[in-house]
Amino acid sequence: MRPSPQTRSQRLSIIYGILSVVVILVVMQLWLLTATMNAFLGGNHNIVWPAALASVTCLGLNVGLLRYLV
Amino acid sequence: MEYENTQLTTFPDGLPEHEQPKWRRDFPIDVPADEYGARRDFTKFMVLTSLAFACGQLWIVFLSFFRRRAPVEKRIAAVTDVKIGQAVSFHYPTDRDPCLLIRQSEDVFQAYSSQCTHLMCPVRPDLTHNRLHCPCHEGYFDAATGRPTAGPPRRPLPRIHLRIDRGVVYATAVEDRTL
Repeated sequence: MRPSPQTRSQRLSIIYGILSVVVILVVMQLWLLTATMNAFLGGNHNIVWPAALASVTCLGLNVGLLRYLV
Repeated sequence: MEYENTQLTTFPDGLPEHEQPKWRRDFPIDVPADEYGARRDFTKFMVLTSLAFACGQLWIVFLSFFRRRAPVEKRIAAVTDVKIGQAVSFHYPTDRDPCLLIRQSEDVFQAYSSQCTHLMCPVRPDLTHNRLHCPCHEGYFDAATGRPTAGPPRRPLPRIHLRIDRGVVYATAVEDRTL
């Protein structure tokens, strides 16, 4: 393993930044899931595909942010 | 700050932190190193949670393919079998979907799914108060509209569309509703 160019304090700040964004995206996904489930059980199927697309996009952003974990 | 790069505890082999095996870096002794590892692992866990939510969303897409019901007409009862102010139970569209047919006046019939939209408990007609009652968690629905009036349910009961032909009541479709 190569030594990190950042100090531990700097790495911790990066992780806090990434964690903040990830938490916001996960909360959005949770809201999206409950809203979609409510609409789906209420017979509204039109919202299902766009909501799934949005949720998968959030997942993609989260996985992308994982690459920057130091 | 020199302190931040200084290892508070020296490793047994004397090598610097970045040359230590992974297990030793993942389970550090020093508090700052432990804090760093804990936040990093929590971030990974949150991404895993994100994956779970995305899978749930895709599961709903999967279910939506099978939930589109083709309307099949089914005989419920003769008009004379249901007295004014009474309700009869029936199953529609399958034998696993209990419903209630309510006769509110001479010509007014209403039918709803009798599964509470909260946790699927069977609702009971309480037509003296013009309502449907779910005894599990004290949920109430308006018998005239099927909309929730009290308790935990938030969605109205699915409405069963009816057709009356030659003195016989038929169920023709199910209308799921959110409002």
